[in-house]
This record gives sequence, structure tokens and C-alpha cells, in this order.
Amino acid sequence: MKALMFGWEFPPHILGGLGTASYGLTKGMSLQKDLEISFVIPKPHGDEDQSFLKIIGACYTPVVWRDVAPEKLKERFNSSMSPDEYYALRDHIYADFRYLYTNDLGCIEFSGRYPDNLLEEINNYSICAGVIARKEQFDVIHSHDWLTYPAGIHAKNVSGKPLVIHVHATDFDRSRGKVNPQVYSIEKNGMDHADHIICVSDLTRDTVIHKYNQSPAKVTTVHNAVDPVSKDIENIAPIRNTGDKIVTFLGRITMQKGPEYFVEAAAKVLEKTKHVQFVMAGSGDMTEAMIHLAAKRGISDRFHFTGFLKGKQVYEMLKSSDVYIMPSVSEPFGISPLEAMQVGVPTIISKQSGCAEILNNTIKIDYWDIEAMADAIYSIITYPAMYNFLKTEGKSEVDEIKWEYAGQKVRNIYDCVCGL
Amino acid sequence: MGICRPKSPEHLRLCLRPLTIMFKNEKTLHMKTICFYFQIHQPFRLKRYRFFDIGTEHYYYDDFNNESILQRVAASSFLPANQTILEMIEANKGKFKVAFSISGTALDQLEIHAPEVIDSFCQLAKTNCVEFLSETYAHSLCSLKDQDEFRVQVALHSKRIESLFGKKPRVFRNTELIYSDELGDMVADLGYKTILTEGAKHVLGWKSPNFVYQSATNPNVKLLLKNSKLSDDITFRFSDHQWNEYPLTADKFIDWIDNIPENEQLINLFMNYETFGNLQPKESGIFEFLKALPHFAEQKGITFSTPSEVAAKLKPVEPLSIPYLISWADEERDLSAWLGNTLQEEAFDKLYSLGERVRMIKDRRIQQDWLYLQSSDHFFYMSTKRASDGAVHQHFSPYDTPFEAFTNYMNVLSDFIKRVNAQFPSSVDNEELNSLLTTIQNQEEKISKLESELKTTRSRKAKT
Repeated sequence: MKALMFGWEFPPHILGGLGTASYGLTKGMSLQKDLEISFVIPKPHGDEDQSFLKIIGACYTPVVWRDVAPEKLKERFNSSMSPDEYYALRDHIYADFRYLYTNDLGCIEFSGRYPDNLLEEINNYSICAGVIARKEQFDVIHSHDWLTYPAGIHAKNVSGKPLVIHVHATDFDRSRGKVNPQVYSIEKNGMDHADHIICVSDLTRDTVIHKYNQSPAKVTTVHNAVDPVSKDIENIAPIRNTGDKIVTFLGRITMQKGPEYFVEAAAKVLEKTKHVQFVMAGSGDMTEAMIHLAAKRGISDRFHFTGFLKGKQVYEMLKSSDVYIMPSVSEPFGISPLEAMQVGVPTIISKQSGCAEILNNTIKIDYWDIEAMADAIYSIITYPAMYNFLKTEGKSEVDEIKWEYAGQKVRNIYDCVCGL
Repeated sequence: MGICRPKSPEHLRLCLRPLTIMFKNEKTLHMKTICFYFQIHQPFRLKRYRFFDIGTEHYYYDDFNNESILQRVAASSFLPANQTILEMIEANKGKFKVAFSISGTALDQLEIHAPEVIDSFCQLAKTNCVEFLSETYAHSLCSLKDQDEFRVQVALHSKRIESLFGKKPRVFRNTELIYSDELGDMVADLGYKTILTEGAKHVLGWKSPNFVYQSATNPNVKLLLKNSKLSDDITFRFSDHQWNEYPLTADKFIDWIDNIPENEQLINLFMNYETFGNLQPKESGIFEFLKALPHFAEQKGITFSTPSEVAAKLKPVEPLSIPYLISWADEERDLSAWLGNTLQEEAFDKLYSLGERVRMIKDRRIQQDWLYLQSSDHFFYMSTKRASDGAVHQHFSPYDTPFEAFTNYMNVLSDFIKRVNAQFPSSVDNEELNSLLTTIQNQEEKISKLESELKTTRSRKAKT
């Protein structure tokens, strides 16, 4: 079976959880020997791991016919794509796109990020998808998140193959209910056209059913998983320069992640005990407000902001922590607590997170219940049995949550929509 | 081929029942008897106790929850069940007999929230067809860790039962039927000669629970073992529509007992009293089932006995060695329900590290809290078992998760430890403290003795 996937991010160049999930899922699915995956992203950087799937760059897909010599193509594409591939795609240009801005290769340029003209970029992506869908041979289409739904629909219309869409988040999660109508309409359109909808948690599934009026029969939950940590990361030594316990919040400092509840809980804990420090790692539009709030509560001496952390820094921070906390107001899944558990850090997560549905050896609290949150923090840093239990049991639990199993579930859905 | 083929039906019978040989006086004892024993226990559930309460708030219990649960159970189960049993005893002219084991914490709560239940137990006690058993006051696990505490609690419970029902209990039943040879010796030291425990399969093997056994280490101690199959048929399966024996009628149940091989004469039905009316609701017909039992039993010549009567009537067939601790809980029938993970162990160890010191304290509030914090239920709630047993833990637990149960309990315990340490300086170790207290005690005694001497001398002097 061949699957044509549309995604927006792919490691190592990622901006959020979407890229990590796309990578994990495709890698898990690649263990199925009879499955081939072509993965379309807006802008490959050339350093993506292509050992288990084929990456197709939308920015290397011609939509306007240009006569280009193979030598030039080789020079421009590096290892991202072969000239033959380019020519094959060029044979499938299906309409006159000369009104669009294209480069000397006849390709549209993409930022591959989330720019201000995102809607335009989404539309362009869908135009390229038309070319790709005409050229590629595949049995099923799989679109990751709303940015790629239009591309998926386009491919479905061209090929007549079934469309599976993967909901990693909805706009209801991102905006705490104040949805952007344009985004909503793209999301709803994608779901209406889909033959099957995969959600990352039951929480998201409920939103899809109730807020987007989808039939429950065509919505299935496939929980995310987590990649095993590499040797590099395992070898990172925790940094402990004080005897204090470290409680860490790690993520975008935005409304969705509930940072203010963390600050309030920290203030409660510090009322009672002194040997503890709080870290808020990440950046976001609420950073400044949080700095003010911490100052207002008079805990700035024990409350630290690290700014945005990248790659290895994330694990350095995690490994130096005694507690990881994710008080998200609405989290479709939330892979980061799983990553914390992998390196043996006890976790506290909100019941409003999708990952709470599959995790047992973690403390679950309501995001607004700062008393319970403070109590949980206190418990882990005060009672050694609690710390040790969550550390060891949490690790062994998360080691059993594998992408391979998630991939198998996705495969079953493929088989179903293909009528196998 | 055919080497072992039995030669006659008689031979076959002997082959299948090797125990017959060991059973003495078989001819004289040919009647089966049912021994009912009901457990009644309610813990003092803790209220939501946050860490900021440590050191400031010293009341630990969730009064609302405790009261509403107790009153609900009393109304749906204890009262109607007591009434049913009372009527049965009267209707059968004393031939129906049962035994109860009521924990001290249950009695304390009944006294506050549903005293009518205690009255109805007193009424039952007067019929002389009801026996009350001995256990630890708090339904605690102290037998596993703290022998001194165990003695104190058993004595306390025994005194309480005697004062309420007029009879000193003579048969012992440990919390949740926990038992081992070592524990049997400890109980025997307290003067008990009969102990109730679980007929755990991994201990019995091919043996039947339907006999009286004796302790392997102490031949004077008789063991009565729960017939798990028949007991659980009533407790868990009675209203289970999926069960192939559903519906269970008294007729059928007594037939099963009647069909047990003749020499197996004792059927121990041990269960939670809440089976009647709570675990099996009134609508399931559980009370009618109970009521109909004596009638069918009489037809088959089956009697009812209390544990004491059983112990007096039946001789033990053989010693039973139980080197490892067993209980009646969960699939494993061991201690894993209470001490199965590191959380439970830490809480348990922390609690009992206080024992010696607490017993030197005279403060009554501390003594009371000490008892209430020992109830095994607190540890039961911390169980992280999953699958079918996990559902049972979840059913009884007032907490959403075991972690919450642990945190709450540890917070309370932290406060309790502070209070205990505030009584005496913690720099003084227990031994030293004990000797100081003894000295003070002796001096007080001496002073009062001298004072009374002084008084008599003075009065004598006044006379002369």
C-alpha cells in the first residue's frame, strides 16, 4: 500500500508538536513492510531523515513550465530531489499558473513556517498538491492538521482516492473557544470531505464530533506516542548546583498552556517551604505578564524565566528538574510530559490534556485547581516514595507507549477506507 | 494400561477422598453445619487535607462523607439485615446462628451517626444466637509491624465489645482475614484458641476448606477457613446476570452444600455485611434469599453454628502450615492490596515508626487520631493495581487516584507527627523517655502513698 501524506513540518526543523508527531508516526508506520509513504512538506531543508520515507518539497514542485537544465537542478536541489523527479512533476502541470509569483524553476516559494500570509501559503500548497497528486501513484491520502486539509481535498478530487485527515489540534484548543471563522471553515471543510478522521485524543474527538458536526462513526482516536530517547540525550548529566528542588514548566507561554496557574501554585508552595525553585521555560505572548505576576506575588527570587529552549537544552532542563508540570487549559494531546517521563521526571498534568487519557503514573489535576497543583508539587518534593514511584513507574509506563502501535491503528483505518 | 483402575465404587470413593482416613469419629458426626460470619467496618475517611494545613489544622476527618456513607449503609443494609436475622432467629427458635465482627471505628461511627444500629445489635446479642468476634480496634494492619500496638488494640476492641454486648469475644479474626503461622502464635498468646482466616487456594492446594484445621506451630489453635467459592457466590455473583448459575435461589444453594462430600461438614460463609442491601441491593432479592436458607437447610438436615460452637464441636483434621501472610483480598489473596507498592510501604513505615512514642502519650486526641489513622483502608486507597481488582479499589476509594490518596494521607500524617513530637522533645530517644516517664510515675505513686500515710498518722494523732 502507498500513502501520500501532507504535512507542514518535519524534523529537524520544527516549530511545534506537529513535526514531532508526524515524524514519530511515519517512522512507526515504516515498520510495516508493505507500506510506502511519500511525505509532502512546504519546504525541505535537505537534512531530513529520508531513510524510511520519501520527502517531496512543495517548493520544488513546478507549477509553471520552465526549461531547466539537469545540471542546474542538481546544483539547486542538492539531495532533496532528483532532476528526473522534477521533470516528471513538470509533465503534470494541470493549469495556467503564470499569474502566480514563481521562481526561475517555475516553483512557488514557501516559508515553511507560520507567516502572516498563512492563508495564501496554504492555498499555494494546495496548488502544488494538485501536481503531485497527478504524478504520484498512491492508495490513500493522509493530511496532517488544518493547513494541509485543502491539499488533501484537492488530491482526493484529482485521484479519487480516499482521504484520511489527522486532527492534531482544533482552533477551539488554540483560542480557548474564540475561533477564527476562516480557520474554522477550512477545518470543517476538510472534515466534511474526509473519508475518515483521526484524532489524537478523545478530547479532540469530542470537539470534532460536537463542534464540527461530524458523524462519530467516522472519527477515531489514535493517541500519540513518543520516540525512545537517543544515547546522546540519555548521557546528558543533570545539573544540580543548589540543593533546591526544581519544578519546571516547559512550553509556549500562551493562554492555551495555562502559565498563570503555575505561577499561582508556585506562590502557594513557597508560602510553606523554601527549598524549591520554579522555572518557566519557553516564550510566548504572555511571558511579560507572567514576569509581572511573579513579581506581584513576591516570588521572583525563586521563579526563573529561561526563554526559548532548543533541542538538547530542553532535555538538559528536564533532566535537572524534580517535577515537570503542564497545566494546559486545553491540550489536544501534549507530548512533552511523555518526554519528561522518559528521562525519569515525575509529572503533573491537567485533566484537560489529551495525554491524561493514556497516562496513569502521573498526577492529574484540573488546570484551575491551583491548590491541588500546589499540593501535588509539595507531595513530590517532600515525600521520597512519591518521587521515586512516579519516576520509575512513569518511565516504565511511557516506554511502552510506542509509535509502532499507533501506526498499526492508522494502518487499520487505511485498510478500512480502502475497502480491504 | 488400567493399572490404577479402581475395583469397586467403594474403592473409588476412598480414592477421591483421602481425607476420610484422617477424619476421626466419622460415624458420630454426620451433620453439615453452616458458619456465617459477617464483617462490619467503616473507616474514618480523611478530608481533603492540603499541605498548607500542616501545623495549623488538626482535625482530619471528612464528617460529611463519613456520616452520609454510614447512614446510607445503615439504612440500606445494617438495619434491614439485622431485622431479617432477628426474625429468622425467632422464627427458627434459635436454630439460626451467625457471628459478627464489628471494628471499633465502625462502632464509633455508628454511635455518632446511627445509634439505632447498635441498639439492634444489642437486641441480637440477647438472643444468644449471635457471637461477636475479636479483632483490632481500628481494623488496622498493626499485626504486621507493631506487636505491642496489636495487643493494645485487640484488648481495646475486646473491652468495647464486652461493654456493648455483654460478652467477651473468644474467637479472633484479624483485619481482612490476614493470617500466618507467626501471627497465629501472637494471637494465641493473647488467649484465643480459634482464628478465622481465608481458605486461600495457594495454601490449601488440594485440601478442602470445609474442615477445622489446626495451626502448624501451635496445635491448640483451631483455624476456620472461608469457603471462597460459596461465600463469593453470595457476595459478588448473586445478582450477576452474566453468571451461568443466575438466579441463585436458597433451594439451589443449599443443594450445593448438600452435595459436598459427606465428611466435609463445615461450610464457612464469611462475608462483608454490606452484601445484604448494599453490594447486593434489596431489589435483587438478597434478603428473601437469606430468609429462605434455614427452611431448606432443615430439610436437608443442615444446621447453623457460631465459630465458638464449631470449635467446640469439631476436631481439627490436621495441621495447616501457613508460612506466608494471606488475606481475603484481591485475586492474589495476599497483602498486595495494602502494601503492594512503594507508596503504601512508605506511608505504612512512617506511621508505625511512631508507635512506641505515641503509646507514651496520654493526650486523648492524639490517641484517638492514632487509632483512626491506622485503618487499613487508607492504604487500600493507595493501591495502584489495575485490571479487575483495580476496579474494586476504585469503588471504595473516596479519591480519584492513588496519588491523591497518598498525598492526602501523608499531609495528615505530617501534621500528626508534628503533634506527637511536640509532646516531648524529639531529642530524647524513646528508651530514655520511657525511663523518665517511669521515674515520674513512680514518684507520683510514692507521693500519693506518703500522703495517705501522712493522713492516717495525722488522724491517728488527732484521735489520741
